Amino acid sequence: MEVFLDQFLNPAVLAKYTPLILKGAGVTVLLSVLIVLAGIALGTALACLRAYRIAALSLPIVIYADIFRALPPLVLILLAYFGLPNVGVLLSSFTVLFLILTLVLAAFAEEIVWAGITATPKGQWEAARSTGLTFTWTLGHVVLPQALRMVIPPLTNRAIAITKMTALGMVIGVPDILGQATTAQSFSANASPLTLAAVAYVILFLPFVIASRWLEARFAPPGA
Amino acid sequence: MASVAASGGAADAAALSVRALHKSFGADEVLKGIDLDVRRGEMVFVLGPSGSGKSTMLRCCNRLEEPDSGEVLVEGDRLTGPGVNLNRMRQRIGMVFQSFNLYPHLSALGNVTLALRRVQGMAKAEAEAAGIEALNRVGLSDRARHYPSQLSGGQQQRVAIARALALKPSVMLFDEPTSALDPELVGDVLDVMRDVAGQGMTMLVVSHEMKFARDAADRVIFMDGGVIVEQGPPEQVFGAPTEARTRAFLSRFHG
Ligand SMILES: Nc1ncnc2c1ncn2[C@@H]1O[C@H](COP(=O)(O)OP(=O)(O)OP(=O)(O)O)[C@@H](O)[C@H]1O
Ligand SMILES: [Mg+2]
Repeated sequence: MEVFLDQFLNPAVLAKYTPLILKGAGVTVLLSVLIVLAGIALGTALACLRAYRIAALSLPIVIYADIFRALPPLVLILLAYFGLPNVGVLLSSFTVLFLILTLVLAAFAEEIVWAGITATPKGQWEAARSTGLTFTWTLGHVVLPQALRMVIPPLTNRAIAITKMTALGMVIGVPDILGQATTAQSFSANASPLTLAAVAYVILFLPFVIASRWLEARFAPPGA
Repeated sequence: MASVAASGGAADAAALSVRALHKSFGADEVLKGIDLDVRRGEMVFVLGPSGSGKSTMLRCCNRLEEPDSGEVLVEGDRLTGPGVNLNRMRQRIGMVFQSFNLYPHLSALGNVTLALRRVQGMAKAEAEAAGIEALNRVGLSDRARHYPSQLSGGQQQRVAIARALALKPSVMLFDEPTSALDPELVGDVLDVMRDVAGQGMTMLVVSHEMKFARDAADRVIFMDGGVIVEQGPPEQVFGAPTEARTRAFLSRFHG
């Protein structure tokens, strides 16, 4: 028991590295917010483009969404971080992590929002178009608001899943929570910084997990 | 008539003219040449068995369904053919659907004002005043802030009528406006339609409300198999139909 406490909850180590983990938490929060905003915006925009049903637009979107949903994000992160410099593109680890996770979230968000758009009754389009609204206005002001409402639960779940993947930044040296914790762990030869990291993740993400439960109940389709 | 129509917007043109309208879905020819003029202020009822093409005909009249050939004119202005500004023309044709199709995320007033603001470019206050006026005409100005889910089916359909009315269309199309309603709610919607007709609106109505057609319609059209089989004043079509198909259809309704 003592060995266990010393390894995972060593008071001295905890005290020493708490500021570092807090700094990491700042990075994680910043990354998460940026990724969620950019990913959902991009995914929604792509789903809207797809609604025009122009093959030259839809096909690349579908191919992109399928590839980015199929590949493990870590593969993409490593590929971008170690591959891009060889073709002259130098990006910070923070930027690489942001870009890749945004693109992954956008791929999922595109599919989710697209499902919402196609699930919106045809009569909504017809009612709007019959009053002279253009296709674009109908999409933006009649169909999309309904589609987004419908897909809030899966979109929230996906957003939470992606933000947790910021922990993958560790492998390319992003100083987020886990990045800081693993550094501290190797310096201190003690697992307590990792405990701190776990606590930090729970404090950061538990509210969102609980909120997603609430959203799911709130926006559940009637009778489901 | 056709030459008047071609000149565009002539004062004596019919509110709605349909000429040699054809429409097929694949090999299935659903409209086999429909010719129809609806005079200004006229209320025309369209009857016919299921699948006879009534909805398709109505939907071709605002090009929710694209006709294969033939033309549609509103007050002499072409709706079909090259160079037509469809979104502008559609403001002159109100449509009321069987399933209401209200926007669930907008209030009754929001439903009515959306096109006023985004299509006709009215400012918010102006659109809301016009929206309230339209809701008033269907007796629902006190429900302006209610959402569709907070309204009965009959009230929803009346909001849908107000949404179409607010654009001050030249003609209104109704596709079975009471078929999705509980029987006790049908009367309110029919009353509103009667009021709207009484105020001079031109209306083309697909409906099975025979009793209402009998005393409110100016003309009744019987469609079957994609053609107009018979038409005339309601007392004639209901009282003394000349075509066997009309008689067979009406006998099923015990009209
Ligand atoms: N989008 C479509 N694609 C293929 N077939 C269609 C389509 N819309 C209608 N049809 C067919 O066209 C025919 C006429 O349909 P329509 O809806 O105009 O009939 P209706 O007279 O309105 O019938 P109801 O009284 O049942 O509403 C039917 O056989 C129908 O199956
Ligand atoms: Mg029909």
